[in-house]
Amino acid sequence: MSDMPTRASAVVIGAGIVGNSLVYHLSELGWRDVVLVDKGPLPNPGGSTGHASNFIFPIEYSRLMFELTRDSTEQYKALGVFTESGGIEVARTPERMQELKRRVTKAKGWGIPAEHLTPEGVQKLVPYLDPGVILGGGYFPTVGVVDSLRAGTLMRERAQAAGALSVLSGAEVLDITTEAGRVTGIVTSKGEIATDNVVICCGVWSAKVAALAGARLALTPTVHQMISVGPIGLFAGTTGEISYPIVRDVDEGMYERQHGGDMEVGSYMHRPIIVPPETIPSNEEAVLSPTEFPFTADDFDPQLAASLELMPELLGDEKAGIRYAINGLISMTPDGHPLLGETPEVKGLWTAAASWIKEGPGCGRAIAELMSGKVPTVDVHEADVARFYPSARSTGFARARAAEAFNKMYGIVHPAEQYESLRPLRTTPLYERAKDLGAVFYETARWERPYWYASNEPLLEKYAGRLMERPAEWESRWWSPVINAEHLAMRDGAGLVDLSAFSILDVAGPGALGALQNLAVAQLDVPVGRTVYTPFLNDAGGFVADLTIMRLGASHFRVVTGGADGGRDAKWISDRLPDNAQLADVSSAWATIGLWGPRAGDILAAVNRDGDQKPPLPFGTTGIFELGGAAVLGSRISYVGEFGWELHVPADQAGHLWDLLWDAGQPHGLVPVGIGVYGTTARLEKGYRAFGAELTPEYNPVEAGLARPKVKAAPFIGKEAYLAARATAPAAVLCTLTVDSHTSADGTPRYMLGGEPVLTLDGARLVDSHGRPSYVTSAGSGPSVGRHLLMAYLPPDLSAVGTPLLVEYMGEPYPVTVASQGAVFDPDGSRMR
Amino acid sequence: MNILVCVKRVPTVGGAITLTADSRAIDTKASGFTISPHEECAVEEAVRLAERFGGSVTVVSLGPVEAEEQLRACLALGAAAAVLVETSPGVETGPMATAAALSSVAASGGFDLILLGNEASDTGGYQVGIRLAHLLGRPVATGAKAITVSDDGSSLAASRSYRGVTETFTLPLPCVVTVKEGINLPRYPSLPGRLRAKRAAIKRVPVEAAGHVSAGDVRMTSLRVPDAPRKQATVLGQGPAAVPALVAVLAEIGVIA
Repeated sequence: MSDMPTRASAVVIGAGIVGNSLVYHLSELGWRDVVLVDKGPLPNPGGSTGHASNFIFPIEYSRLMFELTRDSTEQYKALGVFTESGGIEVARTPERMQELKRRVTKAKGWGIPAEHLTPEGVQKLVPYLDPGVILGGGYFPTVGVVDSLRAGTLMRERAQAAGALSVLSGAEVLDITTEAGRVTGIVTSKGEIATDNVVICCGVWSAKVAALAGARLALTPTVHQMISVGPIGLFAGTTGEISYPIVRDVDEGMYERQHGGDMEVGSYMHRPIIVPPETIPSNEEAVLSPTEFPFTADDFDPQLAASLELMPELLGDEKAGIRYAINGLISMTPDGHPLLGETPEVKGLWTAAASWIKEGPGCGRAIAELMSGKVPTVDVHEADVARFYPSARSTGFARARAAEAFNKMYGIVHPAEQYESLRPLRTTPLYERAKDLGAVFYETARWERPYWYASNEPLLEKYAGRLMERPAEWESRWWSPVINAEHLAMRDGAGLVDLSAFSILDVAGPGALGALQNLAVAQLDVPVGRTVYTPFLNDAGGFVADLTIMRLGASHFRVVTGGADGGRDAKWISDRLPDNAQLADVSSAWATIGLWGPRAGDILAAVNRDGDQKPPLPFGTTGIFELGGAAVLGSRISYVGEFGWELHVPADQAGHLWDLLWDAGQPHGLVPVGIGVYGTTARLEKGYRAFGAELTPEYNPVEAGLARPKVKAAPFIGKEAYLAARATAPAAVLCTLTVDSHTSADGTPRYMLGGEPVLTLDGARLVDSHGRPSYVTSAGSGPSVGRHLLMAYLPPDLSAVGTPLLVEYMGEPYPVTVASQGAVFDPDGSRMR
Repeated sequence: MNILVCVKRVPTVGGAITLTADSRAIDTKASGFTISPHEECAVEEAVRLAERFGGSVTVVSLGPVEAEEQLRACLALGAAAAVLVETSPGVETGPMATAAALSSVAASGGFDLILLGNEASDTGGYQVGIRLAHLLGRPVATGAKAITVSDDGSSLAASRSYRGVTETFTLPLPCVVTVKEGINLPRYPSLPGRLRAKRAAIKRVPVEAAGHVSAGDVRMTSLRVPDAPRKQATVLGQGPAAVPALVAVLAEIGVIA
């Protein structure tokens, strides 16, 4: 082809909804010489967009997915391809009725219209549904359908009309060339294009394409079965694509959606069918399209019975036939979120993979903004492709988790739900000891972390009456009163916490100080032997990280951050390092043991071996000292509000240190303490903020109550925005609230788990002047204060201590009171000194 | 009227055909299986006749156990019973062996009419219908595009077209007819039909009990995908300049006078 470009500012691979949306947004942001490549024909190159059922439910528990869906819906509306139909989730079980309450409450929190319906109310809107089969429904009137192929075409054509885009269809990408870890170009079946930016928008082919450049994506093609039944007599008289609300028969994992004269019935309840990408046929070989695999009827038969039960006359019509049936391929990731951003392996290799129809345009916008160096309109940090460590970027992991998550697609998924496949993978050196102590493990970034210890069950008797037990099954699931007993025992004596899942990043070299100063809000030009707690900000002044940094030498810093955050944080830092500084991830080489509590000092003193040295003592100091004949790096900080240390040792000596402290601690009431205390109960009592919960790119340090008295003179990313935030009144204030009454309508005490909307006493939804809703960012017991604690950002006029408000939980309002903008336990921090 | 329809499990083809590494089979991992289009029409014709005259439709297939999938698909369309003459994996059955195996099922059921597709879409042998009729000693008509059964049910008329001429054969029942695509528009399975098919029992008969593999039968040695046909599209020209050439072509093919 003579007009094939040889050079591009960016090559976008894949002309599905995501790629088309991306080229449009790149063009809007001023990019020119963009090339869109697809191996298939246009407008339907044969990917998942081409067979999508194309409906959008706005309700999501995840803020990220809600915002991406909201943005995408607005874009579809602006393109004129959205038809509002309404949608109903029906319940067949009492458990689902409770879940619908949770869904409708969540919708209220996000400002989405939603209401509960009786079975007859459902039948009024969907006359062909048998109300005898269901107990009720949740109605979401703003549900709608889109024409995603048309939307993609319109966006692509706009980019072309702007003179920004060349389109190359029928060109298969054969290679992505790199040099020194940077993308240099692509090789297609129609020729080569030199470029610094390649974006993978390849849906089910994404992992295969990323591998061409040496990057690995945790993504697998998975089958979603769908049939189309028609002609439906009732639909003969309707005009347009859809006239009746879409029904999600969630207990059966199915949906029924009118499509013209047919009813589409789809399922997420058949056996998980994982498809290796190498078995996907070419466009030429495919019977329908490459992602429409032959229908395996046996897998779908149980679903037929369920749909027939729900809509007996409409679907039981002998004259209506199954006119179309596919095993459609969709993309799944281990945590259900898309893979967005630049890959950690290759500079200039971006991905917008695993975005479905309802997120596609939002993902396209976010990637275009990221590629342009902008802070994305929608905070997509939870979908950052760098969130997965190499250990999670394996095919086996993606397949195992997709298989496990597939049937949970419409399931009732608990906020603390644990997955079971391929565990354990990452175990700390203390894993066997924890197991012997009856640890109940939760998974974070594939690490096994003890959440509580069954060995502490005897404490239940000791602390009876203070354990804040949860009689409702939902809140007691993935929870134990032992957590609260451990908490109290730690505050009475001492606790030993395995924190080895921390991400530990060493930044060293002559340029290390300057580079980290440029990232951190806090002053890092401190004497060697100091530990500094600091956020990192983006250009808009929002949080991108929250971590501690130890200065171990003039040119040597050790960054300690959460196991779930280390992948993103490592990329944020290393992307901004000069040539004379290096980052090394030493997480697996170091173990961390926390020792905290009023007796922590006594315990360390009791270890007392010949030649031992004194630990670092003033708060915020750090240093290597000899303990029990080994060299230990101690840091005098705390996330639980007690005196003590974070003790870092090489992984091979962790067992030795644990045993030493364990033995010395027995006379002092030392107990093993899990992450349930460390991450929730003790943290909430102290008002400590957590990244991802309170600290997100949406909020700044002033709003989070983390502004320091002084601003360091050195420049840092986000400084201008930070200074501006300090100079104006905040639009929201982060507060800790106490729940005043737990009694529900049926008398059972209920305990919020997080995510619930905060309301005025009149029951009105709270939104700050930036349009951000007030909702519970973290929730948990405060055993030492005897109150259930919630954190939430509130508009300033409602943030004063003592302000009474409501929190809605499972459809019922509960009275709460603003208790503090800091700590509700030991507010002056005297216990830590 | 009791009707037997013979169907065969064949690879679905829609796109470019690829072969397995040993060139002895079509690669089906992304295509799946079906019955031939002619057979779909045979099933539809049988179901319509049974709906009109009463009686029932039985489908039979000679093939591996996986062919139950195709039999159930026919049951979902209205067939009342299904028989699988089960072959062992890898055993090849040519048209003689196939006709022999089917004949014992056909002979045992008292069928008034036996319908087949004119030819299978994979092997295209055109033989099984005729051989089956011969073994049963019944009359046969092939390539039928229309079947009309007399009101008293004693005979049928099978018609076919060849170069603009319609031939109609009248056959006494019982008889054998092979049909061609176009004789009707097959229905899609309904949901209740599919659920009935799922519950239905399929009678399985081992191939040894049904007949013997004949010497001298057709055997497959290997498969070859022929070269793709040359492109049929010709660019006549660009813009208004192409109009005379376009008009000439339209006149040549008789679209315009």
